[in-house]
Formats: sequence, C-alpha cells, structure tokens
Amino acid sequence: MTNEECIIEVEGLHTRFGSHVVHEDINLCVRPGEVLVLVGGSGSGKTALMRQMLGLEMPAQGEVRIFGEPLYGHDRKKLQYMRNRCGVLFQKGALFSALSVYDNIALPMRELRTLDEGLIRDLVMLKLKMVDIEPKHASKMPAELSGGMVKRIALARAMALDPELLFLDEPTAGLDPELSEGFVKLIQTMRTELTLTIVMATHDLDTLVALSDRVAVLAEQHIVALGSLREVVGTSHPFVANFFRGERGKKALGNTGDVL
Amino acid sequence: MPENLGGNSSIVLRRVTNDDGTFRLVLAGSYTLAALGQRVQTLSTDLVAYATDPELRWDLTGIEQLDDAGAVLLWRAWGSRRPTHLVLRPEHERLFDRMKEAPSAPAPTPRGLLWPITILGKAVFLLWEHSTGLLILIGQVLLDAKYLISHPARIPWREISANLYRTGAQALGITALVGFLIGVVLSFLSSRQLQTFGADIFIINILGISIIRELGPMLAAILVAGRSGSSMTAQLGVMRVTEELDALTVMGIPHSLRLVLPKIMALGIAMPLVVLWTSAVALVGGMVVAEIQLGLSYQFFLNKLPDVVPVANLWLALGKGAVCGMVIALISCHFGLRIKSNTESLGEGTTNSVVTAITVVIIIDAIFAIVFSNVGLK
Repeated sequence: MTNEECIIEVEGLHTRFGSHVVHEDINLCVRPGEVLVLVGGSGSGKTALMRQMLGLEMPAQGEVRIFGEPLYGHDRKKLQYMRNRCGVLFQKGALFSALSVYDNIALPMRELRTLDEGLIRDLVMLKLKMVDIEPKHASKMPAELSGGMVKRIALARAMALDPELLFLDEPTAGLDPELSEGFVKLIQTMRTELTLTIVMATHDLDTLVALSDRVAVLAEQHIVALGSLREVVGTSHPFVANFFRGERGKKALGNTGDVL
Repeated sequence: MPENLGGNSSIVLRRVTNDDGTFRLVLAGSYTLAALGQRVQTLSTDLVAYATDPELRWDLTGIEQLDDAGAVLLWRAWGSRRPTHLVLRPEHERLFDRMKEAPSAPAPTPRGLLWPITILGKAVFLLWEHSTGLLILIGQVLLDAKYLISHPARIPWREISANLYRTGAQALGITALVGFLIGVVLSFLSSRQLQTFGADIFIINILGISIIRELGPMLAAILVAGRSGSSMTAQLGVMRVTEELDALTVMGIPHSLRLVLPKIMALGIAMPLVVLWTSAVALVGGMVVAEIQLGLSYQFFLNKLPDVVPVANLWLALGKGAVCGMVIALISCHFGLRIKSNTESLGEGTTNSVVTAITVVIIIDAIFAIVFSNVGLK
C-alpha cells in the first residue's frame, strides 16, 4: 500500500533507546519537491528520525520507505542507486579527514565509475564555486578549515551527485548570519534548477521561515503539528507557542511579515 | 530524417533537418547524473562529434531536467564556450552562466629537486621536537612531583587508583595467558635438547634465569606497552579532539598533574607487579611441561629454584618493570598530548606511540643487560 505521492513515507514508527521512548507511532509523508522542516526541542528525536529515514538506524517498530521502497533487503546495485539519489549534510560536516577537500567532493563521483577525471574535475570546481569556496582551498585537508568552510564543503559533497532528495541536519548551526543567509539563497536557487526534495532539521527560525514549505513539530514522542508554517503557528500546543511565539520567534516571523 | 540515439527514453539526442535545409540538434528529456548513468561516455563522444559543426543549431528547450553533470557534459563538448546557435530554457541559462565563472583547478605544485634533503631535514627537526617535548614533559612532571610532596593533600589518588586498576588489574588475564604459553613452549623445546645430553636437571636453571631475569619483564612490558600505552595515547588524543583538554586548562587544572603524573605513577607501581605475575605464571607453565616431559616433580622444581637463581635477578626484574612502566606511560602521554584535533592525527599518534614505546622498552632492556652484566649471574 505504497502511496505514490510520497518520496519518503514513515508509517507507524516507534523508536526506543532501552526503556526510553523517543517516538511513538509517527506517520509522515514527504512530498516530492517540498522542503519539510523538522523542529523540536533537544532530545525530541529530530536527528533520530532523520537517521531512520537514512537507514542508519532501524526503527523499533514501523517502516520507512524512500522512493516507495524500504531501505534494506535490496540487492547491492539497487541499494546503491537509491543511495545515490540522496545527499546528506551531517551536522558536523563529516568530511573524510584523510582526504583533501577536492577528493572529498570527487569521491562520490569517482564511486560511480562512469565519469572520467576531466569531467569530475570540472564538476568539483563547479560545486566549490556553488558553495563559494575559492579553488586555492581545494587541496587543503579538512583539519585546516574553519567550521563554516567545513559545512559548505560538506554541502558541496552532499550535492556532488545532484541528488533528488537532500537531508540537512542543522545546516546553519555554526554559521555566521551572513553565511546562513547565503546558504538559504543557495538552497533556493538550487530548487529553481532542479526538482529537489529537502528534509531538514533545524533550530534556526530564519532558515525555517525562508525555506520551509511544511513544518513538522516533534514533541512528546509525537508529531504534534504538521502543515504550512501558518497552520503550524496557529496550533495551540505549548511547545509550538514557546518556539514560534517567543521573542525570537516573533522577530523571525516578523521579518517575513506574512505569517501572523 | 530523425536519427534517435537515445536508447534510454529519458534522454533524447536527435538530429532533425529544418525546412531551410539546415540541421538542428534536439536534446530532450533528463540530462541528469542519475539518468545518464552508464551512457555518459557514449553520449559525451556523440556530443563532441556534433560540436565539431559550428553551424549546427542546438535546441535544448526539450530538456526537462538539467543538473550540473549534464551541463558540464555539454559545456565540455562545446569546448568551454557557448555554440553560436543555441536555444535553451531560461531557467537553464544560469547553469551555463555559472560554468563560465567556474575557476579551473589549481595545478599541483611540483616536488622540488631537493626533496630528499627536505625530507631528511624534516625528520631531524621532528626528532628534535620529540626530544625537547619529552624533556619538557619530564621536567614538568618532576616539578609536579615536587609540588605534590609539599602539598600531599593534592595528590590525585582517585586517578592513580583508576589507572592502577586499568593498567594493572585488567592486564592480568592477557599477561597470564601469554606468559603461560611462552613458559610451556620454552620448557618443551629446552627439555628436548637437554634430554639428548642427559642434562635434564638444568631445565630449572634455564627456565629460572631466562624467565625471571628476561622474559617475564619483557613480555609484560611489551604487552602493557601495546595495551595500556595505546589506550593512554588514544584517551588523551580523544580528549584533545573533543576539547576536553582545553576545558581542563581553562578550569586551571594542569594536564601534567591530573593526567600525566597519575598514569606514570600508576604504571610505575603496576608494572613490577605485572612482571612478578607474568614470571610466576610462565614458571608454572614451564614446570608443568618439565613434569610431563622429564618427570621433574613440582616439589623438586620449587626447592631447587632458589638455589640456581640468585635473588638479585628478581630485584633486577622488578626494577626493570618499574622503569619500563614509567617510560611507557611517559611516552604514551607525550604522544597523546601532541595529537591535533582531527581523526587522522589520532590514528597516527597512537601507532607512533606504541611503536616508540615498544622500541624504547627493548632499548632499556639492552641497557639493563649491559649495566648489570655481573649482577645475579654465577
């Protein structure tokens, strides 16, 4: 009973760490082409949910389907194909410390084994340009880079194969306001060029307001609100009230001037 | 006269003749990395072949999905410039604009002619750095020890006891296993040789001297260097990576006092005990085989042992253990504190630490052998 409309489908998902229950019966559908933002307090299981969508953790109960199929039980080739259609930006970048910036971005392209080095070189330089990293940094090792640069290079690596589905875990955490604004613009332009579905966990209200098509609020083991930003802000759950209608929330929402 | 080159329906590359007799190349479908798949090479060759005709009209309006890979493929076929006649969708315009701005990859810096000298020089400087670093650490630890003597209340007992447990008590199993097996093998091989000379009784001399004076301390030291040395280096290294060392510094807790000194003291105490334990278990192993192979009774073996092995050997072994233990801890801490905050450096530091510790342990053994050459031997 696969729903054709969903690029990611989460059905009856339960997560437990020992006796600690993180999620209880979560149902979620990510539609193609949308930006879905997961919000929730610390420990509400945003990252855990995202890791389950990526197949890094198995849910205690329930199922996650990506492109209509579960992320396990396939033959190697099929699984690789599904993996290649997803890009992930980890919270701390997760650049391979043994490889230079250039090789980090080139790695997924080389793994395809269909592209020649010339094409890979042009593509890597293009991705670096896209995230605004100067070519002189290409030969540096990740240890020599600042936090903001690591993040941007990690985004370039996540986008290396031009995935249809992009997971962003706290993409703007640790970036200065100017950089996170640039990051938001970057995502917006990428969306005009490609049909890109994005699942993002964030605390940053500015990013949320600028990018989200829909927002899912995780609290008390459930998704307490799901819908457009306007709909979510309208719900009466105390976490939502705190998160969006606190001082910070008012400021961020006020900037757009359309929601409240 | 359309000629369809696309076997895959999602990628279309077709040449059509216009009404005025000129040719038009129609590209349609998805020019994305996922859709291109295995066809990249053939498509690239085809595109390059088409691009040789400067009058050809490129019609890209049929392309629904175009990503960077598709754009780069076209751009390379065109020889890094736009063809004279090109129509494309406005939203794809940006992709090619970006291509124009994209910088070329920096050329790799060639290796200078003097590279052997540079490498040698760097090695010498590295050795110098290690020597001075180690000397500074020893000095610091001695100063800390002096401070602790005048302020006994500040002695980090908890850390010392934790380290004693980790490096001593938890090492008993593996040292016993290795010691026992070495004792068995040594006894077995020696007894076969001795039997041919009818000198069975000398098995006690051979086992006693070799295990108590040499093998016990060395086995224990090498095992501890590999086991505790690596864990100490990795622990300090991980603390560097997670900024825990910096957190200690800003709390005013010196690394040398709280992290290095307890490790050195603990291993200095634990090692002689581990040596004693390893030697004892190895002797038991040897004794068992001597009984089976040569029929020497346990009673006889134990009675004869003090007569043939002067007790000085035992003191020598314990001394060697204490020195090796402290040196292992010192080297491990030195390498641990040198680790930079990245995973690459962590692996490298741990390897170097263990290799250096084992090498130094063997050098210490050699020095002891020379210095005490007329002690404990009849």
